[in-house]
Amino acid sequence: MIVAERKPMAEIIEMVQDCKKVLVLACRGCVTVCSAGGEREAEILSSLIRLGMKKAGKSIEVTTASLVRQCDREYIDEIDQWDGEYDAVVSTACGVGVNFISNLRKDTLVYPALNTTFMGGSAEQGEWTEQCAGCGDCVLHLTGGLCPVARCAKSLMNGPCGGSVDGTCEIHKDVECIWQSIHDRLASFDRSAQMEVIAPIRDWVTAGHGGPRKVVRDDLTI
Amino acid sequence: MSFDPAITLFSCHYTSQQSCAEEGKELEQLGFPASINLVRVPCTGKLQMLTLLQAFEDGSDGVYVVGCPADGCHNVKGSLRAAKRVDAVRAALVELGVEGERVQMYHLPRGLHPEFVAKGKEMDSRIRELGPSPFKN
Repeated sequence: MIVAERKPMAEIIEMVQDCKKVLVLACRGCVTVCSAGGEREAEILSSLIRLGMKKAGKSIEVTTASLVRQCDREYIDEIDQWDGEYDAVVSTACGVGVNFISNLRKDTLVYPALNTTFMGGSAEQGEWTEQCAGCGDCVLHLTGGLCPVARCAKSLMNGPCGGSVDGTCEIHKDVECIWQSIHDRLASFDRSAQMEVIAPIRDWVTAGHGGPRKVVRDDLTI
Repeated sequence: MSFDPAITLFSCHYTSQQSCAEEGKELEQLGFPASINLVRVPCTGKLQMLTLLQAFEDGSDGVYVVGCPADGCHNVKGSLRAAKRVDAVRAALVELGVEGERVQMYHLPRGLHPEFVAKGKEMDSRIRELGPSPFKN
């Protein structure tokens, strides 16, 4: 899922300080699962905006609603039911949702309530860790299913770097050395020899270094 | 500045059980502050952040939660969950530039114990010292 965190309230209050009516729009996709921008978090944010504005001596009407997702045109169309009712939409979706609303509704002012952080999973209740960098050229079949791009502090393709101690990263003491784990996992499948294969220099264009990326499926377009 | 605070207390069924005996008159006799509006909930673990924030929106100068001892909750982890949510609300208040002390969590034994009244007095005193809620502008 896409993992995100609420922005500092001071930043959000600054965004809406001139507004009289705002719609806090939740997303029932990834950000609901990571407890950053689902209906519950949107209700909390609405309350915090009201309180923050009250403290500043300003009045604001804050309404909460949600969309199934904010990254598909058909769901964005639902925004039209509130057309002209609000000075701004405060989206608790990831950055994709904010961009999609901006792309598709030229008259709707939309603000981001979240900082979109990474693609990851829930390691434990209340804890999420990055697992994928979306680099566009997956090497997981060569690395025991563990990603060196997202999970190595140096994104080394031919690790380990030599700095890890007892399986722990030298950069982040609370993070496993993923290359150690790759080695151990390959060994458990009797595939340690894979560690000897030199990975070639990568072309990072697929990772977005060549600009925004796009996927087109001809079989799905009409 | 002297003022009469409005304080909301969310207390679990077990911790406040005897506190509600005789329509709360026993509490009154023991000197439980009149500024505190007691709301009983089945378990403090059921309390959501929004419920605590709503109390501030509704005009409370302070909000506190009384649940079972951390290692002896009737519902195992209910009061621990409540404590986490109180912490989260406190952090949000601080983000908004408001004193975090306006929201508190207490773990107390079940039934009517002197601590229940003492913590009520403590909260009343703290809120009087802090003054009216900045959200009342």
